[in-house]
Amino acid sequence: MMATESVINFVDAVAVYNGYPALAGVTLRVESNEIVLLQGPNGAGKSTLLRACAGLIPVVRGTAHVLGYDLTIDRESVRERVGLLGHQNGLFGELTIAENVSFWSTIVGASTQERNSAMERMAIDGRLAGRRVSELSAGQKRRCAFACLVVRRAELWLLDEPHAGLDAKGRDEIDRIVQEAAASGATIVVASHEIERAQQLATRTISLVAGQVRDLQ
Amino acid sequence: MSMSTNRIARAVAAKDLRIELRSRVVANQVLPFSGLVMVMFAFALDNDDVLQRVAGGLVWLATLFSLFILVQRTFAVETYDGALDSLRVAGVNPQGIFIGKAAALFVQLLVLETMLFIAAVVLYRVNVNGSGLVLLVTCVLCASAGLAFVGTLYGGLTAGARGRETLLPLLLLPVVAPVLICATRATESAFRSGGLTVGEGWPWVAVLAVFAAVFGLGGLLSFSSLIEE
Repeated sequence: MMATESVINFVDAVAVYNGYPALAGVTLRVESNEIVLLQGPNGAGKSTLLRACAGLIPVVRGTAHVLGYDLTIDRESVRERVGLLGHQNGLFGELTIAENVSFWSTIVGASTQERNSAMERMAIDGRLAGRRVSELSAGQKRRCAFACLVVRRAELWLLDEPHAGLDAKGRDEIDRIVQEAAASGATIVVASHEIERAQQLATRTISLVAGQVRDLQ
Repeated sequence: MSMSTNRIARAVAAKDLRIELRSRVVANQVLPFSGLVMVMFAFALDNDDVLQRVAGGLVWLATLFSLFILVQRTFAVETYDGALDSLRVAGVNPQGIFIGKAAALFVQLLVLETMLFIAAVVLYRVNVNGSGLVLLVTCVLCASAGLAFVGTLYGGLTAGARGRETLLPLLLLPVVAPVLICATRATESAFRSGGLTVGEGWPWVAVLAVFAAVFGLGGLLSFSSLIEE
C-alpha cells in the first residue's frame, strides 16, 4: 500500500448479498493506524460493510479500495491482508484451543514462536490450551478466536461485536489486544453496540444509517 | 502443487481426520448405519445365491448412502462456527482446501468400505481369490477417490445453501451413479459372481479412474467459485 493511500476508501460502493443490495452507495475513508468505531442500529449494514471490506461480499458498483487494492477486481490480495472477527468465531469445537490456534498458524504460515506468542497475549495458559473449544465459555472462545486472529498479522482488523459474550475482564483483555495491534501499526474498524466502551478505544466514531456513513467525531 | 497448497491441504486433512477421531461420527453413526443396511438387505433377500450375486451392488449402495452423511458432516464442521468464511478471509488457496477435504473423505471412505467388504464376506459368504483381491483393492481405491472428489465438490456447492440436507443427495446421487455402476461391475468380477471373470472387471476400474481424474481436475478448477457467496 502506498503511504498516502487510505486503508479503506469506498465511494458510492454498492454491495450485493444473496441477490439483494446490502450496501447502497457507501462512502467511507479510514486512514492508516486509526481505530474506528462503526455504530448504527440493527440492520443498518455494519456487518455487511465489514464483510465487504474483507472481500467476502462483492462490491458491484462504485469505487472500493482496501489497503490499496481494488475490491471489485482483486479481492484475493485484500483477503491476504485483513483479519475479520465476525459474530462467529471460526473455530472447530472438537479441537482444543492449542489445536485451533496451531491450525490457523499453519494455514497462514505463522511460526511456532508467533503461535505461542499469540496464545500468551490472550492469556491462554497450558491448562486452558488443552481444553476442547466446545467445552469453553463464550468469553474463552472469543479469546481463542482473537489468538487465531493475532497470528494472521493482518494490516487491517475488522471486528464485529468483539465484546459480545465477554465478562468485564475479557472485555478489558480485548481492548488491550486491540490497542496493542494499533500500536504495532494495524488499522482497526470495530462495529459495536457497546458505545461507551468502544468510544474509549476508538480514535474516531462513524455512524451507518440506511447504508449512509456519517462522521460523529 | 505449490508449497502453500500442499501445506494447506495437509493441515485441512489432518484437522478433518482429528475432528473425526474425536467426534467418532464414522465409528458411532456411519458404520452402524451402513452395517444395518447390509443386514437389512440380507434379511430382505434371504437367499445365499442371490446375496452372493448382488453383494457388490449392496456394498456400493451402502457406501453411497453413507457418503451423504460423511459429506454433510465434513462441511458442517466448516460452516457451524463460520470457519469456512475465516478460511476465505485468510486468503487460503481453495485448491488446498479441496485437496485436504477430499483426502480426509477418501480415508474415511476406505475405512467404511473395508468394514463393508468384511461384512459382505461374513453375511453374504462371498469369496475372493488373489487376483480378485488385487482388482477389488484397485476398484476401492479408484471409486473412493472419485467419490471423495465429487463429494467434496458438491459438499462445497451446497455448504451455504438452505435445505442442504435434502439438496445434497438430490444433486449428488445422479452424478455418482456411474461410480455405483462401474464399482458394482468390477466388484462382481472380483467376486466372480454369475460366472464373471476377474479380467472382465478391469475396464470398469479404468472408467472409475477416469471419473476420479475428471472430478479431481474439475474440483481443483472450480472449487474456488463454488465456496464463494
